[in-house]
Amino acid sequence: MTPSADLLVAQNVGFYLIAAVMVLGALRVVTTNNVVHAALWLVVVLSGAAAQFVLLAAEFVALTQVLVYVGAVMVLFLFGVMLTRAKIGAERELNNKGWFLGIPVSVLLLVTLVIALNDGFGSERMPVDVAPMDTAVVSDQIFGPYLLPFWALSFVLLAAVIGAIVLARRD
Amino acid sequence: MLLNQFLFLSAILFCIGVYGVIARKNAVLVLMSIELILNSVNINLLAFAMRNGNADGHTFALYVIAVAAAEVGVGLAMVLLMYRNRRSIALDELSEMRG
Repeated sequence: MTPSADLLVAQNVGFYLIAAVMVLGALRVVTTNNVVHAALWLVVVLSGAAAQFVLLAAEFVALTQVLVYVGAVMVLFLFGVMLTRAKIGAERELNNKGWFLGIPVSVLLLVTLVIALNDGFGSERMPVDVAPMDTAVVSDQIFGPYLLPFWALSFVLLAAVIGAIVLARRD
Repeated sequence: MLLNQFLFLSAILFCIGVYGVIARKNAVLVLMSIELILNSVNINLLAFAMRNGNADGHTFALYVIAVAAAEVGVGLAMVLLMYRNRRSIALDELSEMRG
């Protein structure tokens, strides 16, 4: 194996660029004063996650991410924003009174996670030359050994659809 | 590529999502932070799927996406109901069940 094949410069550059955009977008989601902007920054994060999924050789999951999250869930969020407030634009009072307590909690959590991950996986490398995961293999998994959770998931979706209709309809 | 770079990215997104859940008062923004958390879980699942070379992580990432979609649907219906009854979606005003 040549050193350049091991380093994977293009993948690494792509990863860090997308990761920087994702972290920036996620920070804006939780700090912006405008609910619509938060939704649009969330689109950036979710699309970046789809790009990372391609980098992780998971093309079908990346496509599903774009279709379901960026397509459907974001439309749902924007409808939620529209239906719960007429006001478009910056506003005050999006944060709790004790919002600053979130900073030590999340920083402590991050430090713990980083230490644990560093301890556990150190400098373990991803396998090189991975072919994209075959969608047929994924479907064989879903309809083979993982059929029972798939059934449970169908019932969850059915219950969610009925529940959403029951909750949101006007009597 | 290191395995850890994906795990660190997902840890950072997870912590940002946790901060959002704690700090935000607006119910829609809390739901968005939960989406951030679920996405970081998906990155983890797919990173380990690539490391182990099997499709289990892909399967569960798809399940997580479906559950997240259901959760957003029900969550936004509840937020809508809350807005209809109280003209506000501030979560700290929901204190009827305080003991």
